[in-house]
Amino acid sequence: MSMNRREFLQVLAVAAGGGMALHTDWAQAGKAADTLYRFPRSGNVSLLHITDCHAQLLPIHFREPNVNLGIGSMQGQVPHLVGEHLLKAFRIKAGSAEAHAFTYLDFEQAARTYGKVGGFAHLATLVKQIKASRPGALLLDGGDTWQGSGTALWTKAQDMVEACKLLGVDVMTLHWEATYGEERVKEIEEKDFAGKIDIVAQNVKTTDFGDPVFKPYVIKPINGIPVAIVGQAFPYTPIANPRWQVPNWSFGIQDENMQAVVDEARGKGAQVVVVLSHNGMDVDLKMASRVRGIDAIFGGHTHDGVPQPVVVKNPGGQTLVTNAGSNGKYLGVMDFEVKNGKVAGYRYKLLPVFANLLPADPEMQALIDRVRVPYLDKLSEKLAVTEGLLYRRGNFNGTFDQVICDALLQVKGADIAFSPGFRWGTSLLPGDTITMEHLLDQTAITYPWTTLTEMKGEMLKTILEDVCDNLFNPDPYYQQGGDMVRVGGLQYSCDPAAGMGQRIQNMMLKGRPIDPDKVYKVAGWAPVSEEARGAGAPIWEVVAEYLRGIGTVRPVQLNMPALKGVAGNPGIVI
Amino acid sequence: MIKQRREVLKTGGGLGVLGLLAAAGVIKPELALAAWNEGAFKAGTLEKSLAALGAGKPATSGDISINAPDIAENGAVVPIGVSTTLPKVESISILIEKNPDALAATFKLPEGTEANVQTRCKMGQTSNVYALVKADGKFLMAMKEVKVTLGGCGG
Repeated sequence: MSMNRREFLQVLAVAAGGGMALHTDWAQAGKAADTLYRFPRSGNVSLLHITDCHAQLLPIHFREPNVNLGIGSMQGQVPHLVGEHLLKAFRIKAGSAEAHAFTYLDFEQAARTYGKVGGFAHLATLVKQIKASRPGALLLDGGDTWQGSGTALWTKAQDMVEACKLLGVDVMTLHWEATYGEERVKEIEEKDFAGKIDIVAQNVKTTDFGDPVFKPYVIKPINGIPVAIVGQAFPYTPIANPRWQVPNWSFGIQDENMQAVVDEARGKGAQVVVVLSHNGMDVDLKMASRVRGIDAIFGGHTHDGVPQPVVVKNPGGQTLVTNAGSNGKYLGVMDFEVKNGKVAGYRYKLLPVFANLLPADPEMQALIDRVRVPYLDKLSEKLAVTEGLLYRRGNFNGTFDQVICDALLQVKGADIAFSPGFRWGTSLLPGDTITMEHLLDQTAITYPWTTLTEMKGEMLKTILEDVCDNLFNPDPYYQQGGDMVRVGGLQYSCDPAAGMGQRIQNMMLKGRPIDPDKVYKVAGWAPVSEEARGAGAPIWEVVAEYLRGIGTVRPVQLNMPALKGVAGNPGIVI
Repeated sequence: MIKQRREVLKTGGGLGVLGLLAAAGVIKPELALAAWNEGAFKAGTLEKSLAALGAGKPATSGDISINAPDIAENGAVVPIGVSTTLPKVESISILIEKNPDALAATFKLPEGTEANVQTRCKMGQTSNVYALVKADGKFLMAMKEVKVTLGGCGG
């Protein structure tokens, strides 16, 4: 299916007038649609970018965070702006469709007004429309595409592989993909993707000799102009995820190698050099300040929906840094004006994918329906009804994580529960039924085992300090991405700007201080050590048991640490 | 197709290739026989190790680069490389401040050798890693922090 612009606007008008939403504010949304997707082509080289969709083939809700702190030099800087601070910085009108797409503000009401976001069938329609007006445009996928749903887990990512091929992805890089193991990744690269999708990663080498595992970059002509796309996989994959899944691969940041690769691509005639990155935005910003000759870094990992690129100056000129959010919510569109062999100008827009404004592409919808058929019974099992809003994203906790911690405490009989600070996981509105599919959206990983460990109080402190440093180290290269580990039972205070070992204080359990020498029973899941392989029941079984038992999830009280030193920080609104 | 040396070794039958490398002079057994400074390797703290090497308190040099990860993927085998553009390099040592014995490796470089070495070190915790270079009779140093973390919770 290919539409010209006029047909596309007609479809939008039909969608807007067709009563597809339940709310009376829909007329307003319909009007917004026309301006939302009005982005005429400029320049002669266009690149489209998706990232971190976390295998969400269907439209979903995803609440952006109200806590995304920037510490030290990152305080008050993009992407560490939330809510109205973000709207102000990017001049987005409060209450608009875009305000809903980019912030948590008035989330429940806005979600009911504007409907669900993302979904590959709706994304496919938008990609086709944008490509129709931009001949030669390439579609880049920043990774975290194969993980995050029940069907992706059960098909070992085959559903996402097929969907990406049909969507027309040209180049991709990796993070969670690696959790299917080296063999599976290589199988997909060499069989399914052969001649269709290139996997690029300049920073993945063998652990023995340091030989490349993937192509470091590809050069593709767009309208006769050679464009290099360099890959940067998530540098801390074997640390944040189990090393035993990629025992022969080494990752890391490797600025010197990045510089050598960029220089080599320029030497081979590339007039535009971009990096497809899974670094996370703070790391991308630092890298952009150090490596010369990159026109743009298309970033992901930290799930920041950043409406406009950050311009970073460096000794070679300047580099644009973007981040295209998560869960299929957005399509990034970059138009470069290339003149006399180099980039002379650009226009960028991060387009939100509103499912109600973009009709489903029939071919993609058919593919999605087909891959789901064998699993529909399992996916649609009703576990409980939620009375409050359930979401995950935020530096310290999310309501869905709190439910997971509550389930761990109860089912495992623990004093304290830990749940990893993942940034994926969709949102549910008050009154929604929690199905097994929704639960898997929060938990579907290849190392889902639950653990119950006896731990001394001092070890609890060590763990919290370690994770907190991975989040708030003043040097982004020492950060690991992800958010703070979520805790159940335990209370603490946190001073993000303090040094390592000093951030976590006042640890309490049931009104009593944690004793460094006392042993506590701690439940958790997603262990990265090889010894913990196959430990306890998968987390979704534990949470499902809990949810079936309670039937109704009452509005959740978030267990948040008492925060110090964050007053006036525009990365937090509580 | 990306060629990897691990595949060559597998298909070539490990030992045979290593034998060839030895025969070609790439691996020289006599290099392993350089004098072993046991005192320095068991000196304990960074200060004592530097003293045992006769380095005292070396000045920092911008001509020494440490090639090591910002965060170690595996604390048991952290790849640490040191290279320098300094002339007349006699030795390169790697010291890890927080290890029980700071000195992890010393390389004696015969005259005319490219000053670029790499090894793997064990690190139990986050630490500053020092590269100590003796060049033209003088000791100089560079430092980089390598973080060792518990892992997990990412993404």
